[in-house]
Amino acid sequence: MNNTDKQKKIDFVELGFMDARCKLIDVAAFLDRTQRAGQTDDYRVRELKKAIACLDGENPDRAKQVLLSLSDTTEKPIAIAPGKGAAGAWEGSGSS
Amino acid sequence: MRYVEPHAHMVSRTTDDYIKLVQAGCEAVCEPAFWAGFDRSSAKGFFDYFSQLTKYEPARAAKFGLPHFCWICLNPKESEDIKLAEDVLEIMPDFLDSPNCLGVGEIGLNKNSKNELEILERHIDIAAQRDELILVHTPHLEDKLKGTKLIVDAILNQPSIRPERVIIDHVEEHTISIPRDKGFWVGMTLYPESKCTPQRAADMLEVHGTERIWMNSACDWGISNPLAVPEAAFELRRRGQTREMIDKVLYQNPRAFLSQSPKFKL
Ligand SMILES: [Zn+2]
Repeated sequence: MNNTDKQKKIDFVELGFMDARCKLIDVAAFLDRTQRAGQTDDYRVRELKKAIACLDGENPDRAKQVLLSLSDTTEKPIAIAPGKGAAGAWEGSGSS
Repeated sequence: MRYVEPHAHMVSRTTDDYIKLVQAGCEAVCEPAFWAGFDRSSAKGFFDYFSQLTKYEPARAAKFGLPHFCWICLNPKESEDIKLAEDVLEIMPDFLDSPNCLGVGEIGLNKNSKNELEILERHIDIAAQRDELILVHTPHLEDKLKGTKLIVDAILNQPSIRPERVIIDHVEEHTISIPRDKGFWVGMTLYPESKCTPQRAADMLEVHGTERIWMNSACDWGISNPLAVPEAAFELRRRGQTREMIDKVLYQNPRAFLSQSPKFKL
């Protein structure tokens, strides 16, 4: 059970629409910018576009689906850490 | 409003941040051992760092009336070098005995490598032998899902560790249920870009409920906000959540988990 029982009725559209609109336009502008610069072959751009398809889902778990789409889905530990950082998208999922 | 900041790397923050925390209602700050942003060259570097966490930093916080607690370990970012890791594991017990040390943390994985996993298991063994609480760092971004699963399996493989004495930190929408369904506590980290925004943290609380969960800023030397927890409380208020609900998540929950160590007193 979650603790929202006493939560007042909130207009989430009023609360978040302008913020979501702003972020969506930022994503669109990012895709335009990388395309103009000829950088759409970068796997991160490719994976981002794939993740965008998750927004069309029917269930209220789109954030989870976007995160899963950008995740390494293998299960075994790798031999050696290639460095320390993470890129935000997983190159191994290929272009399919 | 009162709250506990259960995860902050204060050695990399200014004194001004201590003042801001106290003014915002912070009643205790907990500092897990982590990476310095560069690799320390030997176990001596860790000796100095652990001394800072157990002696100098609590004294600095005390000047502002803020109780300071810490966690001791070798961060997974530095566990690829097994020899160095073994040297550090050897000096850990003395620091775990410190009066402000709550347990072993933040251990975990970074790139999900074999050596990282081996050193994680060694830390889990130390925690099991000493009956210590555990605080776990889960990997960043694309590595988080796989790492969270490997970490949960590694801890469950050590039968003497009880999940209610372990917090799995930095969960997001795709990983929150993996540890929680097994009885672990979970932490949501509020970062401006990676990890989780106050809005998403509030969503997860509304979807998953308020049991065995806390929020933290994990502020360090990178882009981060030491006041992220009170700012998330503002988001919860804006969404009509009750004062009782906010107090449970920000104060009572961290106190309940951390009080499993007799050293944690408010
Ligand atoms: Zn941390």
